[in-house]
Amino acid sequence: MADVNLEQLRVTPWDGGVSPYDIGHKKLGMWLFLLSDSLTFSALLIGYSYVRTANANWPMPFHIWPSITLATLMTLILLSSSLTMVLAVAASKNGDRQKAVRYIGLTMLGGVGFIVLHGNEWMELIHEGVRLWTNPWGVPLFGATFFTLTGLHMAHVASGVIYLGVIAAGVAKGRFDHEDVESSGLYWHFVDLVWMFIFPLVYLLSVSSK
Amino acid sequence: MSTGIEHNHAEAGSRLYVLVWIYLLAITAVEVVLAYMHLFSTHVMLAILMILSVVKAALIVAYFMHLKFERASLILSIVPAGVVVISLLAVFFPDGFRVLELQAR
Repeated sequence: MADVNLEQLRVTPWDGGVSPYDIGHKKLGMWLFLLSDSLTFSALLIGYSYVRTANANWPMPFHIWPSITLATLMTLILLSSSLTMVLAVAASKNGDRQKAVRYIGLTMLGGVGFIVLHGNEWMELIHEGVRLWTNPWGVPLFGATFFTLTGLHMAHVASGVIYLGVIAAGVAKGRFDHEDVESSGLYWHFVDLVWMFIFPLVYLLSVSSK
Repeated sequence: MSTGIEHNHAEAGSRLYVLVWIYLLAITAVEVVLAYMHLFSTHVMLAILMILSVVKAALIVAYFMHLKFERASLILSIVPAGVVVISLLAVFFPDGFRVLELQAR
């Protein structure tokens, strides 16, 4: 331990030996990607909130049952999958590969559950006549904003499930190390974080008062 | 000896994560109940929901994404950049109220 510290002292930043962030390149790359992705989502969310507050007759199609209850259940599922992901990262840090793979599997299960519930919600709305540029209740833009926002988020969840599957397979084979698990964890928590804004802005702000 | 200490550390870590998870669920429950009761106008509701959501996002970033335990250099590279750019996007927001005031009723 002591000689490692001495070694670090000797190496100057110009020799490429000092790591200013003290994290690996994969994790740093994931952080930078998430920073840019958060800007994509905030642009969509702020654009949506703008038209939402600027229109007095914005559609309020979400009833407490089934829409809001199911969306709350979806939030619960995503938050719980974040918990299992964080436990997977902790297990992989302790070198317990089997436990890590099990927890990643649970996380993927949560992601699939979310997609199934949300797909059901989409079908319901399409069945009620919501299209990208029209709907039966009011401002036509509702469909475009709803499907774009939740669609982009669902695409993130779907690719996250695939990403986690690849990571889990690699960890089981011993091909991926802890940093890969941690990076995929960062991605998954970010997807969860974005839903923490979509859920209140899209659903809770448009609860039907009838 | 050392494995015992590490085990304790991992145990404490898991408990912290579960605690954060419970906090997140509790804030979500508050949001849903507020929406159910229809107490506020859209704009007040928007403000309340945004504040609660930012708290949730901060909890996720700090504990689940582990940023609280990273070096200050990483925190200072990620957080201010994101906050400033998102705030700049929100600069357009008050214009939405102008549209609402001007439109035909």
